[in-house]
Order: sequence, then C-alpha cells, then structure tokens
Amino acid sequence: MKNRWIALYVENQVGVLAKVSGLFSAKSYNLQTLTVGTTEQEDVSRMTISVKADDVTFEQIKKQLNAMVEVIKVIDLTTIPIHMKEILYATVHGLDSVGKTEAFQIAEVFDRGGSVKICDIGGDTVLFECTLTENKNNELIALLKSRFKKVQIVRGGAVAVEAISRSNR
Amino acid sequence: MALNITGRKLFVKALKEEGVDTIFAYPGGMITDIVDELYKTEGIRVVLGRHEQALVHEAEGYARATGKTAVVLVTSGPGATNTITGIADAYYDSIPMVIFTGQVPLHLIGNDAFQEVDIVGMTRSITKFGVTVRNREDMGKLIKMGFQVASTGKPGPVLIDIPKDIQVTSGSPEYPDHVDIRGYHPNENVHIGQLKKAYRLLKNAKRPLILAGGGVRIAGAQKNLLEFATKMNIPVTTTIMGKGVMPEDSPLYIGNCGMHGRFAANKAVTECDVLFSIGTRFNDRITGELDEFAPKAQIVHVDIASASISRNVVVDVPVTADAKIALERLCEYAEAMDTKKWLCELKAWEKEHPLTMPKSKVGVCPQTICEGINEVFPKANIVTDVGQHQMWATQFIKLNEGQEFITSGGLGTMGFGFPAAIGASIGNPKKDVVLVTGDGGFQMNMQEMATAMTIGVSVVICLFNNSTLGMVRQMQQLFYGKRYEITDLSAEDGSYYPDFLKWAEGYQCKAIRVTDADGVVPALKEAKKNKGITLIDFIVSPDDLVLPMVKSGTPLGDMILK
Ligand SMILES: Cc1ncc(C[n+]2csc(CCOP(=O)(O)OP(=O)(O)O)c2C)c(N)n1
Repeated sequence: MKNRWIALYVENQVGVLAKVSGLFSAKSYNLQTLTVGTTEQEDVSRMTISVKADDVTFEQIKKQLNAMVEVIKVIDLTTIPIHMKEILYATVHGLDSVGKTEAFQIAEVFDRGGSVKICDIGGDTVLFECTLTENKNNELIALLKSRFKKVQIVRGGAVAVEAISRSNR
Repeated sequence: MALNITGRKLFVKALKEEGVDTIFAYPGGMITDIVDELYKTEGIRVVLGRHEQALVHEAEGYARATGKTAVVLVTSGPGATNTITGIADAYYDSIPMVIFTGQVPLHLIGNDAFQEVDIVGMTRSITKFGVTVRNREDMGKLIKMGFQVASTGKPGPVLIDIPKDIQVTSGSPEYPDHVDIRGYHPNENVHIGQLKKAYRLLKNAKRPLILAGGGVRIAGAQKNLLEFATKMNIPVTTTIMGKGVMPEDSPLYIGNCGMHGRFAANKAVTECDVLFSIGTRFNDRITGELDEFAPKAQIVHVDIASASISRNVVVDVPVTADAKIALERLCEYAEAMDTKKWLCELKAWEKEHPLTMPKSKVGVCPQTICEGINEVFPKANIVTDVGQHQMWATQFIKLNEGQEFITSGGLGTMGFGFPAAIGASIGNPKKDVVLVTGDGGFQMNMQEMATAMTIGVSVVICLFNNSTLGMVRQMQQLFYGKRYEITDLSAEDGSYYPDFLKWAEGYQCKAIRVTDADGVVPALKEAKKNKGITLIDFIVSPDDLVLPMVKSGTPLGDMILK
C-alpha cells in the first residue's frame, strides 16, 4: 500500500465533491486527503486527492473516477514530476522567552525561502504558518510536539501541480 | 426568436422529441403542473402504478422488452424515496431509464420543507447521473443530457429533479439535439491490437470457453456471438443476465454457470484454459471463491466499461469495447478450431450430472412447471421474481430466438417480477408474458394487480407457492441445521394468507390452483386462451431444493449436488 496522488478536473457544480468523495467511501477506498478549488475556468474545479492503495485498487480508482459523468480528466500524479505543498498552521502555547527563541530558530531552520514563518505572536504564544510538503510538515509537527507541551495543529490537504522542469520531484 | 414557454411545456416537448410514447407516473403536489400538462398532451400514454417502487420496475420491464429508454415521473419526498429500490435495481442491471422527480420550489430547498428530500444525494451511488434543475434555462440541456447518458455506453438510470417553480417559469423553448458532455465519452471503438491478442490466445487454446453476460444482449450482439462461437467451435456458458443470448438448442451452449449453474458449465469454467468473457462483470454469484475462479485459464474480458475490467477478476487481456463491435471484428478473422475432444469432455460431464430435479414429495415439481411453460409458451417473454423459482426458471425454461428473459440479476430485488411483467406487456402487447414468481416476492408488489387489471395488460402469473421464503429456507436447510426462523409464511396452525384464488376474485381476475403434475399444462393452456391476467397458484413443496449449489465463498468446482 503506497501513497498515491491524483489530480482531477471536474465540473464545478453542486454535488460533485460529494459524488467524488462518496465514491471513496462507497467502495471502501482509503482516502487520505482531498482538496478542491476552482481553476482559471470558472466552471471547472481541480481536486488533488491522495489515497493509500495497492496497484490494482489504484487502477480501479482511476477508472471509476474516469467513468463519472462529472469528471473531465484524471491525472495520475504518482509517476510524474510535480510540485506539491500543504498549508499548515501550528499554534504553540505556554512559551517562556527561551521557548520563544527556540520557536524562532526552528522556523528559521525549516524555512526554505518563505515557506515557514512565525506570522503572529502573543504573550506566551507563537503561530507558525507553513507551506511545506506533507512529509516536511510531518517532521515539523513531530519536532514541535517533542519540544513544547501544548501544540495546536491545523492542516489543509495538499495541492499539487505538474512540474515544468522535468527533474523536479 | 421563438416565444418563451413554461418548464412544464418544455418537459412535454422534450419527451416528444425523445420519441417517448409511454411514461410511468404517480402524482403528487410537486408535479401537478407537469401532470396537468400531460392531460393536454396527445401521443404520450401515462401509466399510473400503485406504488412508486413498482412503477420503476414496470418501467424496467418496459425498457427490457422494448430496448427503449423508460421514463418515470414521481413527486418529491416520499414519492421520490419510494423509487430508490427500483433505481438501484435498474442501475445494477444497466437499464436505460430517466426518472423525473418533482422537488419543492428552489427557495425552500434545504429548509426541511414539506415533502422535501435530497433525492439527488440519496441516489448518487445508484445513478449514472443525477441533477436538480436550478435554473429554468438549463432545463432543456439537462433533460437532453439525461437521455443521452441513460442510453449510451453502459446504460443506466439517470435522475432529474425539477423544482416546482422551474416547472412554471417561462424560458427558452429550445430542446437541443445533442449535448456535448466533456467528461463523458462512452466507448465506440475497439482496440484492434488487444482484440487480436485475445484471438491469438483463443486460437492456441485446447479448452476454450466463452462466458457471455447481459452486455451481449444490451449490445444486441446475440447473432454475432452465435456466429463467432460457431465459426470457432467454442462452447458458450452464460450468466443469469446473459441467459438467452445464445440459443439454448445450439450444440455449443452448455447452460448457465455460477452459484446455481449446471454441473458441466461450472466444470468447464474450472477446467478451461482460455476464458473469453464478454459483457459480464464477474459478479460473485458467477465466480464463487475468487482465488479459485477459472484457475487454469488465461482470461480475456471484453466490456464496454473499462471500470468493469479487472475489478473482480484480474484479466490477462482487457478489451474495452461494445460487445457487438468486438464480435463483428472477431468474426472477420475467426477460423475453425478443433475442439472435438473438449466438447466430448463437456458432454461427459453433462451425462455425469444432468440437470434435473427429483420428483417432489408433495405438490407440483418446479421442473414440471417450467417444462409446461416451455411447451405452452415457446415464444413468450419470461419474467421472474427473485428466489428459488428464479433459479429453477433459469435452469429449466428454454429460450428460443426472440424471447426475452427479464430478471433482477444484480440487485436480486424481491417484488421486481410482477410489475416488470406488467411493464413488459405494456411495451410489447403482442407478446405473451409469463411471470415466474414466488409467494414471498409476489406479496411485495401484488397491489399492482389493480394497475394491470385497470389498464388491461395480459400476463400469466405462475406463482410457485411453497408457503415459505424458499431461497433462504434452503440455506437454513443446508447450512443452519433446519432452523427455519422467519422463513415460514404460514400461520402456526398451517393456514395460509391470502387465499390467492379469493384474493384474485377481488380483482375480478382469473385464477386457477394446480396441486399436481397433471394440472400443469391444462392450466397454462387455459391461461393462454384468456386475454388479461391469469394467476396460476402452483402448490410447491417447501422442501424442494435448487441444485447444484455452490456455497457462497467456495470454489465453483465444489458443487453441492444432492
Ligand atoms: C427485497 C428483498 N428482501 C429480501 C431478499 C432476500 N431473499 C432472497 S430470496 C428470498 C426468498 C424468496 O421467497 P419467495 O418469493 O417465496 O420465492 P421462493 O424462493 O420461495 O421461490 C429472500 C427473502 C431479497 N432478495 N429482496
């Protein structure tokens, strides 16, 4: 069972998201994340979906999605170079000044040209805002949890796009 | 520019342009406007059922007997929810159908208004496409889309939900000839390379076998199948949905395979070295234990829906194509194979365990009833309900060319038979319709007798009355130590309700009771003479079994034979 990625172009209509997500629940496919937003065409939305599945199941999922009247195109992102990021907010509470310094250091180390910053700060609280890969976000969460007592996490699903330069992955 | 018209007028215009001459309808507050429009319309027959579930089955029977797309019209809320079982049935058996549901006015949607339900949401997983018309200007386009999607590719039901205000709002009178649907491209071609690969595989086989399903019938490819099998000398087995796609008297036809398939057919699947399957989706009733399915064979799978291929059975050569197109191409290069030895083996298996039932201890033997039907009704369309009687019908009724076998295969819906038979008769009034039903399933939609008598259709109801839910009782008998919990339909003192003869009298319909073998043919002959409905109450023993049987989850080769 590997993690796989699909991008899906769908009609931007009421009920389409429910139909796509309903397919996953109805057929017991293990949906990891699903994000959706409009494209440059107002009447077309693009979804980024990640599932955990074996080869056979994954082929089925793609076919089943393709069979839906509302699905315009299915792109398998598993095998092509892509850029993929996930939004994450992490609020760390109960910090003294040493803790705060450490939080800033962590942000600095994880930052790759603006992808992690501390975007807000209060008496004993700091707020991280990150757009990293899902894996990198996982590492950051693990580190924050090991260093600080109270960490609150809000993650969005991943959004992916095909790379222009083929060497990217 | 043509003058604007109301939604209700556009609705009728759309039906006319689709060539719809019959619709199946049940009224209610949220479709009274459309109903009123139909009153003013000529050329569309409106059939009133007595329950919306039955109405959908009636439409299914109509579609299956005519090949046309059936149309259903019901009101919102309970009218709509009552259709759900029928829609699911149509979905699993790929029946082209458009269901129109009334809906509360747009401004009330989402407010838990009186008789509001999210029917599009509820039927999302059992329709090919479903939509609420939210804008009067989209109505024509969406109805067209509905008919297009329902009838092309792998057919199926489409649901179009029309809010009451849309029905009375004026707008464009346009009804398009065609809608481009960017996400919908049903397969119209066949990959010749894949087909040649399949052919080579077959050609090199020692024990080739064709497994044909309902897709062959939907594609109208019966003749092509016969031609292909005959040209190559390959034996053919069928699924229940495929019953009738191969003439039963062909020396190459070996009967149905699957849970209650013939011994020889199940052996053939187990022993073949190439299985050429076409228009079937390898339902578990066909495969038995998956890991042991056709264990010695390389498998070819031809199906119009690529999503059906390699879903259950992983295949060696997938071919996404319409069955007719694929068979036509194959016939162009098909050459005779020497399969004599293999056909002899099949004959020997058939001899070892021929399909036949022991004589019943009491009542009429089901096999005798089926043979009586063969004798008296060699040209009728055969409709079944779900249960033992359905399996006996698939085993013992012989279909000739031009006969349809109309049964609920995918969902196995009790209550399907009687309304479907009515629908089949409405669709094809010149043809005799014989219904084979059980006393359990019949009681699930027997109110439709009123529909049938009122509109005057002609159906012979062969009620296999064993006073039990036989199919489940059979499992209790074989696997649950004869603990007959909730499968006996009679009272503790043995009395049975209703007395079907007296009940039929209430509907002023002819009814005959048959309690022994001698009564079978005379009763059927009398029914044949009688135009209208005849109910024949065949008294059948509750202990009669459908055999062979492959226990759920065991290999096809492991059949219970006695
Ligand atoms: C709506 C529905 N409920 C339950 C079942 C489960 N079921 C399958 S066959 C059967 C018994 C059918 O009894 P009857 O109609 O009397 O036919 P018989 O098997 O006796 O020929 C039942 C309960 C079903 N298929 N459909």
